[in-house]
Amino acid sequence: MSSDNKFTIATSPHIHHKDTTSRIMLDVIIALIPAGIWSIYVFGMRSFVVIGVSIIAAVLCEYIMIRVMKRGSICDLSAVLTGILIGYNLPTDVPLYVAVAASAFAILLIKWAFGGLGANIMNPALAGRCFVLFSWTGAMTTWKAPSTNIAIDTLGGASPLGYLKTSLADLSESVSGPIAILADYPKSESSIAMSEWVSSSFGPAIDPHYFDLFFGHVSGSLGEVSAFLLLIGAAYLFARRVITWEIPMSYVVSFGILIWIFDGLRFGNGFFTGDVAFHVLSGGLILGAFFMATDMVTSPLTPKGQIIFGIGCGFLTFLIRVYGSLPEGVSLAIIIMNLFVALLDRATAPKIFGFVPKEGVKKK
Amino acid sequence: MKSLKTFSKGGIHPGDCKELTNKEAVKNAAIKSTLIVPMSQHIGAPSECLVNPGDEVKEGMLIGKAAGFISANIHSPAPGVVKEVTDIFLASGAKSKAVVIEPSGEFDQLGKIVTPIDWTGMSIKELQDKILESGIVGLGGAAFPSNVKFTIPSDAKIESLVINGVECEPYLTADHRLMLEKTEEIFKGLEILSKILSPEKIYIGIEANKPDAIEKMEKLALEKGTGIEIVPLKLKYPQGDEKQLLKAVIDKEVPSGKLPLHIGAVVTNVGTVFAIYEAIVFGKPLIERIVTVSGKGIKKPSNLKVRIGTKVGDLIEDCGGLTDDAVSIVMGGPMMGFSMVSLDTPVTKGTSGILALTQKEICKGKETACLMCGRCVKACPIGLMPTRLYKKIAYRMYEEAMRMNLMDCKECGCCGYVCPANVPLVQGFRLGKKMANKQKVKS
Repeated sequence: MSSDNKFTIATSPHIHHKDTTSRIMLDVIIALIPAGIWSIYVFGMRSFVVIGVSIIAAVLCEYIMIRVMKRGSICDLSAVLTGILIGYNLPTDVPLYVAVAASAFAILLIKWAFGGLGANIMNPALAGRCFVLFSWTGAMTTWKAPSTNIAIDTLGGASPLGYLKTSLADLSESVSGPIAILADYPKSESSIAMSEWVSSSFGPAIDPHYFDLFFGHVSGSLGEVSAFLLLIGAAYLFARRVITWEIPMSYVVSFGILIWIFDGLRFGNGFFTGDVAFHVLSGGLILGAFFMATDMVTSPLTPKGQIIFGIGCGFLTFLIRVYGSLPEGVSLAIIIMNLFVALLDRATAPKIFGFVPKEGVKKK
Repeated sequence: MKSLKTFSKGGIHPGDCKELTNKEAVKNAAIKSTLIVPMSQHIGAPSECLVNPGDEVKEGMLIGKAAGFISANIHSPAPGVVKEVTDIFLASGAKSKAVVIEPSGEFDQLGKIVTPIDWTGMSIKELQDKILESGIVGLGGAAFPSNVKFTIPSDAKIESLVINGVECEPYLTADHRLMLEKTEEIFKGLEILSKILSPEKIYIGIEANKPDAIEKMEKLALEKGTGIEIVPLKLKYPQGDEKQLLKAVIDKEVPSGKLPLHIGAVVTNVGTVFAIYEAIVFGKPLIERIVTVSGKGIKKPSNLKVRIGTKVGDLIEDCGGLTDDAVSIVMGGPMMGFSMVSLDTPVTKGTSGILALTQKEICKGKETACLMCGRCVKACPIGLMPTRLYKKIAYRMYEEAMRMNLMDCKECGCCGYVCPANVPLVQGFRLGKKMANKQKVKS
């Protein structure tokens, strides 16, 4: 037999789809960039520093673990992505050691203690955020008002959801909903202008607060404020087929329905009066539903499992936001549902082609 | 436009790359100085070698006799002298006895006009015997002896005969060209098959990327008024697998571990139908087949009519040779074929294509840890969970793997194709099956 050693010998399949691990990570990073630029615009250069420190800390911890465990690679970009997501989940003025602690906890304890990339059972970025949220609660709930708001001094520093929660505690008479409570909450000039333009040219009067929430003129964690830019990023991920509709859709829809049915009760109104738009646009819901709950490693494998997972996230977010003492519940909801993933995978395993029931089981 | 039929579960859409050869009419390949004819070209027992070194052979002479029930006859592809009988490696890596023939002398059939035989008077048994005698095997790739497939138990009733003109593997266009160039002959072959099997209904499944073939077959079916239904199918791999094809065409699932016969169906490839036609009408044994030689690593991609036993290297030479960036030579399709060590490997009855692939076409990235993205789960046409199955095998938990239906995997390669982490899933399943068999693990 002659030796034509120059040929590559491999087992089938001999052709492959062009997506790779690092390409997927890169796509998510690209999709997150617009929201990051917005945070620098409204909260200042300090945002950039916080995100940068988170990334550097995450990559450094990853590098140490790669050297210790002798496997994995920085080039898969997963640590960079975790760093970015941690940065996006922190307030602007948080002390930098908090960012470092969140990244270290995420990479060392949540990711590598379970075996590194692909083996962690919780989303590292969210677990890191929750860790620092409960360790430095004060620093983690002190927000900076966006520079685009007018009358910053009056109420600046509270996120819409936090403001809502504190106001509701001493609510004596029924009000129409969250927007009524937020009447004194600062608005941005552009949103007021837009609201006027919409009502003059189309008729319906939409409160400027909705525009603030949609475009990101509110206080909050760095990356979560602009639903608009996050949705643009999500559209890119859909186009690149990095994420599928199952999780975000079931998450947002189930959460929206629950809010619509029950949230009105808090304001002394009846069922089916909740303000869905306000709740979907505020807090970290969009960031969570499109970028964190869809994390491949910590979400179910099967489409059916993903839908159940999304509904679970929606339900828990609703519970924490409406009935919990915390103003916001996205991160906790997702990491709790992360723990059910193995169970969901098992329960929703697809039916085998040409499945034959075991003997003794009667065929229909 | 009405929506096209396809199978429901899993499947992938790799670029079909058929434009390289789908306009190339079939040409005869040159008959080279040596032909290597393996005795094991089919599923089942290797044939019994009937010749010795020094023997003179004629074109179409029986040189290997079917040994056992599932086996096939092998004929000399050309007149000449047997140089040696030796062991060679097949493309799959298996060892096989092979007869090396040096062609010389006169061809009995090539270029001669043969009067067609009137087969209408032949009995079913005679037709089946003729198929066995002619060494016909399934030409779709698996090379299952056809006489076995067409010997139906007396109590079985064939409801549907489904002809496979899907050719779902990328690059391959051999069946496509056959359907275009030998349409009449295929329909005549179907008359023969129809007599043997007496099916209630005959379907021909063709994927929508062969509109010219669909049109031509439909026109002829209408002219003949035979009631044969041409079923255009939506593009999706692995639609050419008989179980997926049956699901697509007649919407029935073959139970796991059972044959299509279980649901009253027989599936056979268009190439096989044509070979049966030639065997019955012209008495021609299976000594040649159409091979697509393609890939970006081939200078002149073509469809060639090739004598069995021709060396792969000779075929590539016929097509202008390899380009400088060809890195891998594959026998069969890119999804399920074998990459070859040597260009001296011969073409066998099951060889549907020879591909020379470049690094860009292979597109294999670096292997990383599994991301649990679930793409393999969505792609699997069987409904397995490849990533979980792979982990069981990696941890040598073969019993668990068997319980997760490892044996239902047919190595179609969908999971391996889509995996962004480039985990060698299919390789793992092959290993798992071998190990489970070795340890006699029961499912």
